[in-house]
Amino acid sequence: MGAMEIVNFYLVPGIVVGSIYALGAVGITLVFAILRYAHLAHGDLATLGAFLALAVVTLGGVSPYVALPVAMAVTAAVAVGIDRTFYAYLRERPKIVTVMASLGVALMVRAVVQIVWGVDSQTYTRGIVRPENWFGIRIRDRELITVLAMVGLVVALQLFLKYSKWGKAMRAMSDNPDLALLSGVDNRKVVLLTWTIVGALCAAAGVFLGLNYELKAMMGWSMLLPMFAAAILGGVGRVEGAVLGGLIVGIAEEMSALVLPTEYKAATAFAILLLMLLVRPTGLLKGKVL
Amino acid sequence: MEWLGFVNYAVFMAIFIGIYALLALGLNIQWGYTGLFNAGIAGFFAVGAYTSAILTTPFVPGRVGGFDLPVPVGWLGAMVAAGLIAWPIGKICLRLRSDYLAIATIGVAEIIRLVVKSEGWLTNAARGITNIPRPFGDLAYTMSQLAYLAIVAGVLLAAYLLVERQFASPWGRMMRAIRDNEDAARAMGKDVPYRRLEAFIFGSALMGLGGALFVHFNRTITPEAIDPMVATFLVWIMLILGGSGNNRGAILGVAVVWIIWSVSEIVTDRLPHEYAVKAKYLRVFLIGLMLQLVLRFRPEGLLPEPRGKGRRPEAAAQGARPPAASD
Repeated sequence: MGAMEIVNFYLVPGIVVGSIYALGAVGITLVFAILRYAHLAHGDLATLGAFLALAVVTLGGVSPYVALPVAMAVTAAVAVGIDRTFYAYLRERPKIVTVMASLGVALMVRAVVQIVWGVDSQTYTRGIVRPENWFGIRIRDRELITVLAMVGLVVALQLFLKYSKWGKAMRAMSDNPDLALLSGVDNRKVVLLTWTIVGALCAAAGVFLGLNYELKAMMGWSMLLPMFAAAILGGVGRVEGAVLGGLIVGIAEEMSALVLPTEYKAATAFAILLLMLLVRPTGLLKGKVL
Repeated sequence: MEWLGFVNYAVFMAIFIGIYALLALGLNIQWGYTGLFNAGIAGFFAVGAYTSAILTTPFVPGRVGGFDLPVPVGWLGAMVAAGLIAWPIGKICLRLRSDYLAIATIGVAEIIRLVVKSEGWLTNAARGITNIPRPFGDLAYTMSQLAYLAIVAGVLLAAYLLVERQFASPWGRMMRAIRDNEDAARAMGKDVPYRRLEAFIFGSALMGLGGALFVHFNRTITPEAIDPMVATFLVWIMLILGGSGNNRGAILGVAVVWIIWSVSEIVTDRLPHEYAVKAKYLRVFLIGLMLQLVLRFRPEGLLPEPRGKGRRPEAAAQGARPPAASD
């Protein structure tokens, strides 16, 4: 097998799926670092975002790229609503209780998707898209857009966290919540903002997953493990780490098909997760360990 | 005939309640007494089920197994296998906060599902394993069901008494100390990760036994027999509703949730087909909502954990309680 085949059949799909994981992992790392619990409903929230975009596509007859911002906005609102209804009152209790609540929310969100949209696989657009040839590297438009959108969203988020007042407040809550609260950071606003960003990123991950593969009720749940592996691999609380982790997990999954039976693709993320927890729980970029 | 059907149904339900009660007891050791979040109950259940099936079925060409061993050996093997799977996971994750264990156990359940589905030489893949012997399976239907119910009840009673005894012992007191204040327990010289590992393996072994009891009742097992999320989640809601940290509460929770779950299935199965499918997911939604309501309005469950003298009242009111709330 030549180098070109490896690039075309393993590296390019790996980068694409890695970008999708990265979008999800950024959200997971934000919740983990700022709110301090593992959010198990993350994947199913992404499923909801993907299907909301499908609703916009079928009802409005627009392209999925137009539906994307709508789905991001609605999912952000849903995420804030879920926090208000199910997580807010658990804030004083040990964090692991919220983890449990999020497992219940995962089941509820998925049940809603199954009731409203059914359980059959669906797609945004029909027909096969032929990849374009760029000097021997074959890339589809949607794959290019997925990677570029991921980079754009992450850069925007980084700028927001670095320079804006509320971005700084979010980082302060992540670094030292007691000190942040004493300095007058409004916890409620930080939580609201975190869920808005996380919900929007979830929807983006879901839409791009649906765009490159297909939409089904379990799509998000099966993405949960790679997303967590990516967040922990990069270092919890590190946005750029989550992106790096997502890309590594995505590429490793696709490359694993070279040595493992394809059924075990999903095991790669799990292996990476356990390995990191064993040798370096802080992740590659020195994140925090809760 | 109507009457006999009703008895058969009640016995069938009771057997399932017994099997789920074993899972809930296992989870109670992990969560109720030690504060460990196991989100992969279905995985340990499946390991137990398949291990016992492989050990006790007669020989079949094309897959490992056919050892044709006595059923109790299969059950023992199921417990050992589930414990062996739990060991490395616990070893890696129990040094860290329980969130990491939650993620890792989701992964374990997923990997076990993959193995069961794709390793034909071991599990016969999608066709599953059939002809699994059932003790007293040669009797007439009702008698055989009743005999199996007696066996399940016996196993459950033994497990319940042993677990109760274990938690009345100094070991149980130490586990509660670790759960309620990890730092203090560590300062007293307790080896926290090691003790957690003990509880994790012990609980997982009980879940494996539950799987083994299920497989000999069902007599066949296919990868579709276990819906990982719903099975895992049902056990969680059973324990939380019944009262985590209280073994009688756990069993009560199992009975309440299982009766609601299966009676609602009877109701929804009578609906026209297009509604019946949706109603199935509506039930899942409602069970998720039930967890949220219990967590909010009665976190200590129907039967709260018994509290000895001299406990702080606020600790008793905390309910559904896991490790230190320091962060």
